[in-house]
Formats: sequence, structure tokens, C-alpha cells
Amino acid sequence: MTDYTSEFDDIPGTRVFTAQRAKQGYQLNQFCMSLMKPENRERFKADERAYLDEWPMTEAQKQAVLDRDYNAMLDLGGNIYFLAKIFATDGLSYLQAVSTMTGMNIDDYQQMMLHGGRSPEGWRSVKEGN
Amino acid sequence: MARITAGLTTSHIPAIGAAIDLGKTGEPYWQPLFAGYEWTKAWAAREVPDVVILVYNDHASAFTPEVVPTFALGCADEFKPADEGYGPRPVPVVQGHADLAAHLAQSLILDEFDMTLMYKLDVDHGLTVPLSLVYGQPDAWPVRVIPLAVNVVQYPPPTGHRCYLLGQAIRRAVQSYGEDLTVHVWGTGGMSHQLQGPRAGFINSKFDNAFFDRLISDPGNLALMPHIEYVREAGSEGIELVMQLIMRGAMGPTVEELYRFYHVPGSNTAVGHLVVRPADS
Repeated sequence: MTDYTSEFDDIPGTRVFTAQRAKQGYQLNQFCMSLMKPENRERFKADERAYLDEWPMTEAQKQAVLDRDYNAMLDLGGNIYFLAKIFATDGLSYLQAVSTMTGMNIDDYQQMMLHGGRSPEGWRSVKEGN
Repeated sequence: MARITAGLTTSHIPAIGAAIDLGKTGEPYWQPLFAGYEWTKAWAAREVPDVVILVYNDHASAFTPEVVPTFALGCADEFKPADEGYGPRPVPVVQGHADLAAHLAQSLILDEFDMTLMYKLDVDHGLTVPLSLVYGQPDAWPVRVIPLAVNVVQYPPPTGHRCYLLGQAIRRAVQSYGEDLTVHVWGTGGMSHQLQGPRAGFINSKFDNAFFDRLISDPGNLALMPHIEYVREAGSEGIELVMQLIMRGAMGPTVEELYRFYHVPGSNTAVGHLVVRPADS
């Protein structure tokens, strides 16, 4: 790991989509892109496990998709703009899907956004604690 | 000779496009946001350029995990609205300007910017939402558009400094084009936002407004800000702000600020919008 990428680990609650993560998540993100086609969305919805098994993804990646555990998908190399194809298939908006990563329920998350969003205070640096 | 006569920046949030397409712009949630673009719509109706060079980023629509070009220039005659998984937006096909694009390609590459050239490119909300915000819902867009797609999804994106220099090179390229055209340059994306992880929902209005101030009056130093500062102060997706430096570079050393608007929230994002005029225009 280079200084460039390791520096990002100091940002709390964040997985920056680096070239390394892009390689790790390549098949997961390719699966997501396949959901751009309506016929693939239908096949996925009919039998998620069977559809996922057509892709050379890791078992952990497949399980994270089945669980709709977006933080786990990020850890395994997913990127939000690819993962958006999954929550679009589920009929969720960005706001709804993104809220699931924060541990807040959708109403509380929406209220936070309406009141100016998440304050930067305490979310800048693990090391500095600010 | 072609001339750059204005620049603007705007957020390009997909939910804005959905609100326009579904007729929700008058709803209480959306009304203040769209009200902030009324000045611009009136200005844009008066000052219609021949061509807009529209800097934006693709969001896993045209570019898959297979190809990640840092700077991709749209050189085709037209660009269709992309199907992002909900069907294409009901907006006009975007008409390009292939001759100016070919000139830009030649000039930029000989100026040592190694552009990727796109002869087929579907354009997603990153490009069509700004057009809708500025021009509303016409049957055909009133301008030709040259898309310039920038990778800000996979890190590292280009540095702010590289973006600023590319903007300066675009200015030289436009000014060396023989035909008498007027050109606007739009830098879209931002402001602060983060769409991932427990930190999602991050908004930093103090940083955003300081960014605009520096974009106007101190772009050369703003361009030196490293990526880590964007992530720390504007969120992981706030890195889109580097694209605004391409617009700024294209304006020349001095600009006049014509209009500014800032609003929270648009979905998960801080909405920011600037209109500027280069001092020599």
C-alpha cells in the first residue's frame, strides 16, 4: 500500500474506491453492470443465488449481495455507482440505499439531510479525532 | 476565431432529473432548489452560445469496470441519453460539434494532454441534468454540446492541478479554432457529498462556499489542494469538485462572478451553482 492510499484510511467511515479495490471488486461490479439489462434484472429477481453463481465472484461478495450489506460490498471492492444497479433493481433511491450504510433508519437519515446533512465535526480524521 | 464567453458550475444530482421528468419541481422539497436556477434560466435564454463544452462524470453508464479513461472527449455528431437502469431520461438527444471536437482533440493532444476520444458515447445524468437545469424541457437543446467525461469514480482521479491546466489548454484550443463561434464551458459535479459508508450524508457548507470563493479569486492555489483534503472536507464523492477547475482554467486569469446559489439538500448532496464571465469577454 502506498502513502496515497493509506492516507485515506484515516478518514472515518469511508472506503475510497482505489485502483486496488477496483481490481478486487471487478467481478462484483461487472455483475452489477449486468443488471442494466431488463432481462437480467428479471432473472436475478427470480433466483438471486443462481444468477450470482453465474459470476466468478467470491462467496463473500455473493453473500454480501444476498444480504444487501452495502458496507460489506464496499469492503469487497464494490463502488456505489455500480452497486446502484442493485438498489435500482430493488426499487430503492440513492437516499434510501445510502441510509442503510449509516446505521440510521431512513426517516432519521432524511431528517439529518433536511437539517443540513452530517456535520464534518468528528468525521475528518481518526488520528486527529476531529 | 472562437471565443469562450461564459462558464458555469452546477451539481448534477440524478434525483433533480427525476424531479423534473416527473413534474415534481413545485413540491415543497424541490421548490427552493429549482428557484435557485431561475436567474440562470433567464440569463441562459439571453446568452445562447453556439457550443457548450460540458465537463461531467459518467456514473457506471457508458464506462464499465473494463475501461477507466481519465479524460474522455465526445467527438461524435450526437450523444443519446443513457439508460441508467430506469430507462433513458425523456430528454432530447444531445447534438455534438464534431468539427470543433476534432480540433480540440488535436490541439489538446499536441499540447500533451493524452485524451481518450469517444466516437460513441451515451450520456447519463451527469451531463443531462445540468442541461435540464439551465434550459428546462425543450423539444431540442438550444446548443451543441461537446461532452468531456472525467474519471472521478476510481481513485486516483486527475489532480486539481491537472484539471486546471487542462482548462487552460481548452482555452488555447478554442481560441485557435478558425470559425467564429461562441463557447461556454460548464464544470459540473459536487458540492460536498458522500454516498458510501457510515459517513454518508456528509455535508460541509463552509468548505463549499470557501471553494467557490477560491475558484473565483485564487484558482491557481486552489488547484494545488491534494485529494485527501477533498475527501476529508467534501466527502468521498465531493472529489467531483476537481472538474470545476477545468471550467475555471478555461476562463483565463480573471473572472467576474455573475451569480451564485447554494442549497442543502438535494437528495444526499449539497447543491452549488456559479455563473461567471471571463474578464476578456
